[in-house]
Amino acid sequence: MDTFILYLVAAVCLVWSFVKSREKTRIALKKAWKSFENILPQFLVVLILVALCLSVLDTETISLFLGKNSGVWGVLAASLVGAITLIPGFVAFPAAAALMQGGAGVVQIAAFVSSLMMVGVVTLPLEIQYFGRRAALLRNLLAYIFSLVAAVWVGWVVGL
Amino acid sequence: MKPLLRRYAAVLVATVVFLAFLVLLPGYQGKALEILSFQTRTLLLVIPPIFVLLGLLDVWVPREKMIRFMGPGSGTKGITLAFLLGSFAAGPLYGAFPVAAVLMKKGASFPNILIFIGAWSTTKIPMLLFESSALGVRFTLARLAIDIVGIVVIAMAMMALLPKAEVEELYRQAEKIG
Repeated sequence: MDTFILYLVAAVCLVWSFVKSREKTRIALKKAWKSFENILPQFLVVLILVALCLSVLDTETISLFLGKNSGVWGVLAASLVGAITLIPGFVAFPAAAALMQGGAGVVQIAAFVSSLMMVGVVTLPLEIQYFGRRAALLRNLLAYIFSLVAAVWVGWVVGL
Repeated sequence: MKPLLRRYAAVLVATVVFLAFLVLLPGYQGKALEILSFQTRTLLLVIPPIFVLLGLLDVWVPREKMIRFMGPGSGTKGITLAFLLGSFAAGPLYGAFPVAAVLMKKGASFPNILIFIGAWSTTKIPMLLFESSALGVRFTLARLAIDIVGIVVIAMAMMALLPKAEVEELYRQAEKIG
């Protein structure tokens, strides 16, 4: 659904641009292609890394870490798995909901969801390309620490 | 422009590792290939419109305008805009980086760039709706509330911890790759 809207917005903008100036539209598309081609190698590496990670870390494996009584180690494991993997939301949320029904703890699920969203270890090659090693690593480290704080908070609020 | 082979060296290494994985652990073969094709399709689906919009943004939005809206000194207006841009985005986090590079090239301030990336990663509106139906409204709102705080805190911490020269270097680099 959101992808459809994205296409719609891009199409409308493109037509508008084309009507206003054919020449500028041509330059814009050329730039779009150039910046895509520039980053393509990093994209390909990330794709392969994601495929490797996700084939080993499937929902069943993840659920091993996330039991209600898995405690601090469960939270740490959940956040690490979330940090490493890259799972689209429409796959991750139903999986998380299923895990929760299967007895996983809220804090563990929150740690998983938060770090999944904010931290991207497999996408680091891409991030480094744009932001440099230091900034990329720092952002991921801070986001990881923060996702643990967020998990405890969410667990507390849901338990109220 | 670096020679083609050098640019794709990491891709070659990753491909070899992937093939070795398939050969050494045949049990994972089907799954690994299935995930690879799924991720490739997602990428091919999401990336073209993002890059088209990037190209258009680059050509049509003048630098002065971007600086006024999101540059240093744009204050709350810049922060709000960064949050909105990220929240209305679609696609995985890796889509945010090329957008951020163009915003940098156009003169958006670094804290605003960091807020934009944070918003893209955690406060995307279509995802929130999905999340609340799967995990509950209370869970989603609690996470959203803390993440909005977190995005700003992380941006401030990054500004404090990154040397100024490094940030300037990133801007010079964005000029080249954006």
